[in-house]
Order: sequence, then structure tokens, then C-alpha cells
Amino acid sequence: MRKISFCSLIGLLISQPVYADVSPIEISGSASLEFRYFPQDALSSEQSDSNFSFAIQPEFYQSWNGGKNSLLFTPFLRLDEHDSERTHADIRELLYETVSDNWELRAGIGKVFWGTTESQHLVDIINQTDLIENSDTEDKLGQPLINLALIRPIGTLDLFILPGFRERTFAGGDGRLRFIPAVDTGNPIYESSAEDKHVDWAVRWSQTLADWDIGISHFSGTSREPLFIANNDGSALIPVYNLIDQTGLDIQTYQGNWLLKLEAISRSGQGRRFSALITGFEYTFVGVFNSVIDVGWIAEYLFDDRKNNALTPFEDDYLIGTRITLNDAQSSEFLFGIIQDASSNSQSFNLEASHRIGQSWKIELESRWFSNINPNDIDFSFSRDDYIQFTLSKFF
Amino acid sequence: MKTLLTITLTSLLTFNIAFAQTPEERGLEIAIESDKRDTGFADQLAEMLMTLRNAAGKESIRKVRVKTLEVSGDGDKSISIFDQPRDVKGTALLSYTHSTKPDDQWLFLPALKRVKRIASRNKSGPFMGSEFSFEDITSFEVDKYTYKYLRDEEVEGKATFVIEQFPTYQASGYTRRIVWVDQEIYQPLKVEFFDRKNSLLKTLTFHDYQQYLDQYWRADRQEMVNHQSKKSTTLLFNNYQFKTGLTDRDFDQNSLKRAR
Repeated sequence: MRKISFCSLIGLLISQPVYADVSPIEISGSASLEFRYFPQDALSSEQSDSNFSFAIQPEFYQSWNGGKNSLLFTPFLRLDEHDSERTHADIRELLYETVSDNWELRAGIGKVFWGTTESQHLVDIINQTDLIENSDTEDKLGQPLINLALIRPIGTLDLFILPGFRERTFAGGDGRLRFIPAVDTGNPIYESSAEDKHVDWAVRWSQTLADWDIGISHFSGTSREPLFIANNDGSALIPVYNLIDQTGLDIQTYQGNWLLKLEAISRSGQGRRFSALITGFEYTFVGVFNSVIDVGWIAEYLFDDRKNNALTPFEDDYLIGTRITLNDAQSSEFLFGIIQDASSNSQSFNLEASHRIGQSWKIELESRWFSNINPNDIDFSFSRDDYIQFTLSKFF
Repeated sequence: MKTLLTITLTSLLTFNIAFAQTPEERGLEIAIESDKRDTGFADQLAEMLMTLRNAAGKESIRKVRVKTLEVSGDGDKSISIFDQPRDVKGTALLSYTHSTKPDDQWLFLPALKRVKRIASRNKSGPFMGSEFSFEDITSFEVDKYTYKYLRDEEVEGKATFVIEQFPTYQASGYTRRIVWVDQEIYQPLKVEFFDRKNSLLKTLTFHDYQQYLDQYWRADRQEMVNHQSKKSTTLLFNNYQFKTGLTDRDFDQNSLKRAR
């Protein structure tokens, strides 16, 4: 299926008339060296206590016809010291785009984000999560797509055809932050007889009405989030990708320094229909104590009506966090958050900090700790995988 | 006789009106004239090079391209596209500025392809770590201030009106500004900013004004000095273009996501 979308992409390109004002190819991107340290011994003896990793993501961009047509190519490569699964390459984007007054068309491999909240992204569903990159689920695999956006006074209507499915990535046997037993990504089970060649579709309407940003979406196709079954001898987890229908709503609005957010979904196809919701706020003190430092407070409530049967550990949880922005020349920032299960003592802590060095380097610190994780919770496998991570990145 | 009387009365009245103009009315009149002379540019493109300097003189560079759409009766719309430092390349900020109510702002984060709304009481916050705050770089609108004409004064050989301006919008970082307006081109030559405790915080000077399309004056260089932190920022503008045919469509969230 990937081959077909490449062919159609090339076809589109050839069918374009040749324009004189082709811009030079812009090359940018980043390369980063990452070090993770796990202070606790792993649950499994194959896993190591420390890990080096290197990643590179260049971006090539060219436009013509006054920027109305463009081609974007973003390959990605990671080399990992221990986990052969985490050593992986991906095409994050290979996207042709053409833009008119009241429509935009994109075809190829792309990345799309929907949503408003910070703790989790319920509504966001176009791209598969590249979970092996980071357990925060913010890294995504490139998705083959054709997207037509119709731009009208009553809002933007995005239509998607999604030919081809990407499997979620999971840490291998040697990796940390993995399920016990490890996920066998080689033998997934699909509900669709077309397996990973099922053509999914999605539609989203979004509009800004005064102080409100509203999005309503529907997705029909292979679930990005798998269920798991144990294999015959119980030595591995097999991901099961069902066909689902998911309707989503995302809203954000502001009132003074308050930013209010909501994401809600209803999904059918994985057992009985269920609903999940995240709602919360972000409040920012601008210029605390007569300085230029901003301090923001984030609070969100996460609910999933599957309760403890949920695939997510966030079935009845709170996030409380703070974001400190120094507004200095080095763009120093800190983000600290706690997710607390409302019905048990289980907690997870998250700290992120970043600081620019010179004009093109950045150092980042990331640390996550898990405490009192309920052995029945899905993230119990991670309970000994507290870590601290340093990343040094060069941007070009 | 009757005609003569009318003329005398009229001139007396005019004389009286001119004389009775308060410093507040005089300040407002100058602001309206400044605004009028800068109206009608439709849209504007410019490249901005910012040099941030800390108290020790250490420098840091920002490159931003700014597209502006003139909106009559309200603040302008703009998209700022960040090119440097390299780690923020591709980040873009969409602003719908308003005279008195808070601005609407959305930030596009290219790594996540995410558009985030910013709760935008942050007019007083620094723009990209510089000594310019957001309120210093947004478009001038008459309603944003109340005015008080102070005096005429010469600045570097140019006759100016000296006017005190008091922000009418919420969450400004300033109690007032004092602006030296060039009497010939009705553009500022110098601005002094007073913080919330009414002490002098910053001085901004404008240099090398050029005229575009026989009407619009833009300074090639702006120098902002913070007297309290001893930091400074130089703002250089390049490649000004006007009336390029931009529309509302170039300032929506779809365009923000593909801003380059």
C-alpha cells in the first residue's frame, strides 16, 4: 500500500505544470545524543541500567508557484545501544501539498495532530504512536494519507483517506519501559482480512468562534491502540488491532489567564462501546514577582468508563503540574507534573527541562518516576523503570 | 454687516475652540493624525533580525519573518515565523490583535504539528527573550491609550511633539509611555516606558526612517535599552513589502500550520 501512495505521489508531481519560481531546497533538522539512566534494577534480567542512543531527523522542503505547491521530506533514524527494536528508521513525512483559496490538498506520508489537553491525547488518532521513542506517546510514525481540507466560513472540513496501517512500536526484550512479557510485534492479529492494508477514513470539522476553538471528528478503521493477548506459552504479548469507530470532540477557550480544555471520545469495536474524557485548565501568572518569569499551573481530570479494564492507566486520574518559563535568551523552561490515580495511591511523576546553548544547541533533562503502581494496572511493568534522561541536540 | 458679524463670530469661536483644546485633546488629535497617515497599507511583509545583549554584552540572535494584514476598526492580524535560533525554526505565532480586549493568539509547534491557543494576558511578556514585550511590537491603535500632550521638543535636530500615553487595555506592563513624535512624518523617534511602579524601565529609539509607496514610514532600526536589567535589543528590519495581496485566508489556522 505504501508503494501505491508513492506512485500516486509521483503521478501528482508529474502532472503539475513546471513553474519557473521553484524555491531552492531548504534543509534543516536536528541530531541528538540521548543518555538514560535507570536507578532501579529491572524486572527482567535482559534489561540494562543505562542506555545511549543517537537520533537524526533532517527535513527537506521545496516550494513552487509562490509557495502554493510544496514537497516535504522528513526521514528519521535512531540507533540504540541495547534495544534492537528501538534502533529504527521511519519516514515521518513525504508530503505533497497544494493550496488554494478555499481548499488544501495533501498526499503522501504525513503527520496530523488533533487535541487540546496536556496529560494524554484522546482525540488524536490519524498517526500511530512511535511508543518506543518515548512513553509520553507524543512521537508519531508517518501515516500514508490523502487529506482534502475544505475551508469555508462555517469552518474547516478535513477529509482523510488513510491507505495502510502502521503497527505501534514497543520496546524489545533488551529495552526498558516495556511490558512484561515483551510485546511480539512480529505477529500482530488484525480484525480486518486486509490486515495492515485496510483503508481507513476520517473526517474532522473545526472552527474558531470568538474565544472558542472547537473540533468534532470521526475515525473509522484499524485502531491505533491495540488490545493484547498472551501467546501460547505466555512468553510474549500479541497485539490485536480491531476495527473501530471513534467520534471525538475537542474544545479550548480562554478567559483572561485561564485556558480551559476538553477532549472526549466514544469508541466502538473493542468490546462494548466506551467513552473517555479529559478536562482541565492551564492558568498562567505572567511576570511573577515583578520579573519576566511566567509560572503556569496545569490541572486535568482523566476519566475512562472502562474503569479498571481500560487499556490505559488513566481511568480515573488527576494531573497536577506546573510550567515555569524563564523567558531568558536561552529559552529555559521547566515542566513538572504528577498524575495521581483517584482510587489508589499510584502516582507517576514527570519532570522536563530545557535550555539552549549558543545559537543551535539544546540540552534537555527528562525524568519519570512511578510509585505505588497497582500490580493490576497496565503500567505495572514500568514500575521499576524510573529514569533520568539527558539529551544534547544540535539543530541545523 | 450681518455677514461681517458672522465672520467675526465664527473666527472668535474657532479661536476659542483652538485655545480651549486641552492637553488630552491635543494628544488625541496627534494620535489620530499618526494613525490616519499610516492607514491603507493593506498588508505588509518584513524580515526582522533581533540582536539580544545581556548586561555583560553577550549577544544572541533571533530571525523572524512577519506578515501583517491591516484590519480597519480593530488591531491588525499577523503571523510571525521564527527562523532562528534553529531549535525554534518552523514555530509560528498567529495573532489577532485588538485595541482594548485581549489579543487572540495561537502558537504552532512544528515538532508535534500542534496548534496551541495562548491565554493571552501575556502582552507584558517578553517577545523571544528580548527586551521587547508583545505589546511593544503589536500595531498602533488609537483606542489603546489615552493621551496627554506635554510640550514640543527637538530630538536630534527634529521638531517633535512630546506626548504621554496611558494604556487602556488590561494587563499592560506599563503605567505610561512618553512618546516623541516627529512633527513632519508623525512617527515616533523615541519612547520611554514606565513600569507598574512608575519608574523608568526602558527607552526605545527609532533610526533610519524610509518611506514606502510615497506614504508609509518605517524605521530600519530600533534600539531598546532596559535601564533596570542593563540588557538591550537591536531590531533590524529588512525587505519591507506592502500591498502584496494577502487576505484573511493567509491568517487562519490552516495557514499557520503551513507557515514557512
